Amino acid sequence: MDSALIPEGAKRCSFPKFAIGVAIVSAVVLWGVFAMFLCWFKGLNQTNMNDYYGFALWIWADLAVIAVGGGAFFTGLLRYIFKIDELKNIINFAVIIGFICYSSALLILAIDIGQPLRGWFIFWHANVHSMLTEVAFCLSAYFAVLTIEFIPNILENRQANKVPFFHHLAHNMHGVMAVFAATGAFLSFFHQGSLGGVAGVLYGRPFAVREGLLIWPWTFFLFTWSAAAFGPCFTLLVTKITETVTGKKLVKDNVVHLLAKISGWMIVTYIIAKIIDTIYWAMVTAPSLGFSLSHFYTSNGFYGYWILITEIVLCGVVPGVLLVMKSTRENPTLRLIAIILGVIGVCLNRWVMVLQIMAVPVMSFDTWALYFPSWQEIATTVLPVAYGIILISVAYRYLPVFPQEHELNYSVEVEPVTEPE
Amino acid sequence: MKQNNNKAHKFGMVIDLDKCTGCGSCMVSCMSENNVPFKEDESNKKDSITWMRVYKLTNGKSFPDTEIAYLPRPCQHCGGKGDHGHSPCVSVCPAVATDYGYDTGIVSQIYTRCFGCRYCMGACPYHARYFNWWDPKWPEGMENYLSPDVSPRMRGVVEKCSFCYHRYQAAKDTAYYEGRDDIEEHEYQTACATACPAGAIVFGDLNNPAHQVHQIVKPDPHPDPRNKHIVGKSRNPKVFRLLERLGTNPKVYYLSEREWVRKQGDNYLDGEWDKIKNYHGASSHD
Repeated sequence: MDSALIPEGAKRCSFPKFAIGVAIVSAVVLWGVFAMFLCWFKGLNQTNMNDYYGFALWIWADLAVIAVGGGAFFTGLLRYIFKIDELKNIINFAVIIGFICYSSALLILAIDIGQPLRGWFIFWHANVHSMLTEVAFCLSAYFAVLTIEFIPNILENRQANKVPFFHHLAHNMHGVMAVFAATGAFLSFFHQGSLGGVAGVLYGRPFAVREGLLIWPWTFFLFTWSAAAFGPCFTLLVTKITETVTGKKLVKDNVVHLLAKISGWMIVTYIIAKIIDTIYWAMVTAPSLGFSLSHFYTSNGFYGYWILITEIVLCGVVPGVLLVMKSTRENPTLRLIAIILGVIGVCLNRWVMVLQIMAVPVMSFDTWALYFPSWQEIATTVLPVAYGIILISVAYRYLPVFPQEHELNYSVEVEPVTEPE
Repeated sequence: MKQNNNKAHKFGMVIDLDKCTGCGSCMVSCMSENNVPFKEDESNKKDSITWMRVYKLTNGKSFPDTEIAYLPRPCQHCGGKGDHGHSPCVSVCPAVATDYGYDTGIVSQIYTRCFGCRYCMGACPYHARYFNWWDPKWPEGMENYLSPDVSPRMRGVVEKCSFCYHRYQAAKDTAYYEGRDDIEEHEYQTACATACPAGAIVFGDLNNPAHQVHQIVKPDPHPDPRNKHIVGKSRNPKVFRLLERLGTNPKVYYLSEREWVRKQGDNYLDGEWDKIKNYHGASSHD
């Protein structure tokens, strides 16, 4: 039915099977869209947020998708600026994942604000002192860059590519992509960083506040670093999921090993910096404000030391070591465990840097505040996941996302044709 | 960078916690004066709007040694680190919807500018900022009692104590009409200060030595030698500010004869309080 749109030589499931799959996920999208409209029309009273939890599940989701979407800018940086050629085989997919993550982040922000129609005030009445202003500008600009990076892949669709203008446009855009990759890396450095800065500058919140360099708290650099470190883990994880669902090998092992190795070294260096930061904060910053470490991790129903150990050791040190060592990195099971732990680790870090900050009492007579999201919050948080599944499904079906797909899957069938020649 | 200077006003208050009975008159008067909306069911205090909120403190001892104190907490109108006007909330607002008045020291909230990101709420350690989760509604007929001087806020924006700024504007108008350059102490008083039956709340200009608030607080004009971010520390040993160590530099001071009450104003590591309880900034070196 839609075979004319499918990349030449590629095998895809039947259209009805594809349509049923998309329809099922679309039901989840509709659920999320319904919740989104409830929030827009009835207001944020649809959530379980309150005056203690002004920032809650959505802001965590926002930070988490941006962190895991960091694979796009970092892989682009490695591919186009550092000229690591093997990564051309995964860059398209990294860009699509990044596009999904960043479009989701912008959507979540649009739902999260109390007066959505005034969202443009952040650009028009910008406060240059606010980290959120920097986030808004860099996030929007980087989303534009990601769109530009995604366009050539879309234009390579079998039918679109028949139009000479689109064919040449895609070709020429590939030619200048290094410029956009560099721009994307620059913008990402600042918006990933400023998202870290959002927490680090809160000098009224001893759990969040960090010292730093000039106007940038250490969390600024840690967030950028962690996004570059764990973003590729998410790219590899989604690639693995796509391979499992499609039943095809889509990226060669040497490419996966290379990205996993780079990710591993980034994680190891990041986690060393994170441990130093945590020790300095626990031993110097917090005590100077009258707080001991135990204040942040005891006397409440959820936030124990377990969360600190899980984030730093189990989901930081462990995946870092597993991915750095050749033997474990090239073991498919251990590599998969490492990238899953890595993705959980960075998401947990963002959780801590959003929700635990809100939970910890600051005034000596105040109490811990715990919160559980409403179904509307959960539905709108699941919405981007469902949207991402659909976009990946559509992109995989109709676009030449994986350059090595043909070689890895169909070469045996092609050989008999070429033999008589 | 702009600085607070001595010619500008620096409005602030001192609340005598030994006089406060916890009656809640300040809360009621504040809500009434400032058209603060309320819900049909106010049992969940975490999403109720109370510009002025009274906290109950205890000394943690069992009967018969139990003591309690009540601590009214309006917006602290922080001057920020070094008292330069970069309050925790002002510096983070992405749309300049909250601003620091260098002529008054008052932290304002521009409701029509706020787009409801709530970053300021996350930044405020005092929980003095409130979000309008619902449309403001008043029981039928009660709209007639709304103050015409204060605009009600719409759903989806943040609001907070303004030190009854409309009263300052009215006092200035009167002074202008009468050909005076400035206002008298009694002409600008917040609703909570006037409503407190115990006279526990004293409001005025911290920069004006003739004002009672200045005389009680005796604010130190020099930065604290131990923490340069702290400015305006009280030279009165019985006066303290909430979370002073964070460097937020609030303009709301508290007064108590009781040591355990003063200790609860901030956080201290084990054994730290005894070392610094008699420390009063630069004046300790006088």
